[in-house]
Parts: sequence; C-alpha cells; structure tokens
Amino acid sequence: MNSSLIDYIQHLADNALIMAQRNAEWCGHGPVLEQDIAITNISLDLLGQSRNFYQYAAQLINESEKSDEATEDSLAYLRTERAFKNCFLAEQPNGDWAQTVLRQFFFSAYQFLLYKKLQDNTDEQIAAIAAKALKEVTYHLRWSSEWVIRLGDGTEESHQRMLTAIDELWQYTGELFMPAAYELESGFDVSSLKDDWFNKVVAVFEEATLPVPEKCFMQTGGKTGIHTEHLGFILAEMQYLQRTYPNAEW
Amino acid sequence: MNIQIRKYYYGDIPEDNAGGSESKESKVSPATGGGGNWPLWEVFIRSKQGLDHKHVGSLHAADAAMAIENARDVYTRRQEGVSIWVVESKFITASNPEEAGELYEPAADKIYRHPTFYELPDEVGHM
Repeated sequence: MNSSLIDYIQHLADNALIMAQRNAEWCGHGPVLEQDIAITNISLDLLGQSRNFYQYAAQLINESEKSDEATEDSLAYLRTERAFKNCFLAEQPNGDWAQTVLRQFFFSAYQFLLYKKLQDNTDEQIAAIAAKALKEVTYHLRWSSEWVIRLGDGTEESHQRMLTAIDELWQYTGELFMPAAYELESGFDVSSLKDDWFNKVVAVFEEATLPVPEKCFMQTGGKTGIHTEHLGFILAEMQYLQRTYPNAEW
Repeated sequence: MNIQIRKYYYGDIPEDNAGGSESKESKVSPATGGGGNWPLWEVFIRSKQGLDHKHVGSLHAADAAMAIENARDVYTRRQEGVSIWVVESKFITASNPEEAGELYEPAADKIYRHPTFYELPDEVGHM
C-alpha cells in the first residue's frame, strides 16, 4: 500500500482536527452568544471533515497491514506529536478574537482552494470528501473574511488587534504552500495555490484597511511532524480521556 | 454615594477565568464593545418552499449581514430552514396588550367570518 497516500490523508485530517480542537476551546467563552455558536459550528464542520479523512486513512492502513487495529479514534487519540502532520497555523493559540478569526481566515482561504482542487482528485474518496467539505469551507471563508474586515475597518482598538494578530500569524502562512514529499507524491503541488490565496488575502485586507505584510521568514516543520510547543498541550487535553480510560464510551 | 454596578454580558467573564484563550487581552468588556451593544434582531425562518416565514426568536448582531449569518448559525443548524428574514426589533410596532378588549373581543361573536361553511379541496394545500 502506498504509504505516502496514507500520510497525505492524515495530513488533511490532522489539519482539520487541530483547527477544530482550537476553535472548540471557545465553546462557552465566545464574545457573544451568537458568535460562540458560530465558531463552534465551524469547529464541528472541521471535526466532521477530519473524521471522514481518518476513517479513510484507517481503512487503507488496515488493508495494507491486514489488521483491523486502526480506527478513526486510534488515529486521533493515540498518536503522539511527531506523528501529527498538521500545519503550524492550525495549532497556534486562539489569542483574542482577532487572532482567532484571522487564523480561520488564513486557513479557510487555503482550505477553499485546496478542496476545490481536490474535488477533481483521481482518488474518488478524497474527491468526495473534498466536494462535501467545500460547501462548509465556503461559508467559513465568508464568515471569517467578514470578521477580518469588520475588525480591521472597525475601531482603533480592533484595528490594532488585527495588526497584532497579523504580526503573530503571518510567519506561519508560508508553510501551507511548501509541499511535503507526500503531498507531491499523492496529492499535488500546493505551491500552485499560493498566488490565488495571496490575492484573496490582499483583497480582504484592502477592504479591511490592513497592510499586507512584507516578505518575511516563514516557519516550517508541521507537515513533517516538527511542531511548535503548542501541539503537545493540545494533544494532552484532547487525548487525555482515551489514554486514561482506554476504549471509554459514552 | 457612588455605587457602581457593572453588568456582565455573555462571555464577559470577570477576572482571568475567561477561557477560549491564553491571552488576557481577549476579554471583551461592555465598555469596549461586544454583543451587549449590538441591536436586537427578530428572526423569521421559512422551513420549506411554499410555507410562509415564521418568527423563531431573536438575536444580537451589529448589522443586517451579521444578523443573517447569526440566524443561520443559531436557528438553522438542524435543517430548520431554506430562507431567513431578519428585521431590527425596533422597527416592529406591537399592539398594546391593554387594548385587547376593544381590538379583539368584538370578533368573538361573528362566526360567519370564518370560512368554515364550505369545503376546501385537498389540492389547495396550506391555507
């Protein structure tokens, strides 16, 4: 079995899962009731996407190893940091609302282009998951774009908070478009999405009266399992229950 | 006497208990904004084509576009609707409950106004 394909599917799943987990941290703490529900809705959409990808990855792993040990749960809850292939951007802390909506905007703009391309993938399962998820992501992109504009072109304070968020997150956006080996082998060259992504960011930032950052050093590593210190804490919280009470059900 | 009463809005959890964030900067206080200052909107949802929009509740939003999206997230998560209307609550004029007597009671003894004296064909559907 093609192990790069399994890596690729896990990469897609990990991105969605870690973003879902981060957004879920807002549950019960959103700035207003309506936005609390909005951000957790997005979290659930992403969780659903990750489940689809994990189920497919588990199926491929079991077929290749002639076992039935891999499940969506074992992939999500029983792997350690180095096995996770999500991008740096997904694991960055929520910070304030500005940082959360900006992270979502950067990520959704990327996911939108990614899924649009993947819905024509030769692997029918990946194509089907991407096509289904694209509708959700279209809404995430719309929602997060509007928030970036609202805060960027809002009050002096909201504008300043967006600037701080851009400073914090911009360095993690380059990695999205630097393909890992498994992406080139089993997916496609994601660097081809970079121009469209950048143009979308420029368009939204212009409306938001926000400056587009200069070229800067871009952090990389997440896709190959080298993570920032944040991922360990995320996994510790997310995996605690399954590791403490194996196979717990409720 | 200078008594300050501070009203906490949803999500504005005092002290450092506000989660969803590792940054103390994230707290939204009524003084600097947050949904507490947003106007109230009434939400109407059409559950399927052919039916009319029904009032389902209200929510806070900064403007009409946000109200539509909030309504989508709050009221249509379980496939409740195919169309949403929102209107700012202040634009709704309501009748006065104290005038219920003169407004509604005169209709009570005029049953001939009910369309109950002929049969509706089934094809008419929702009436």
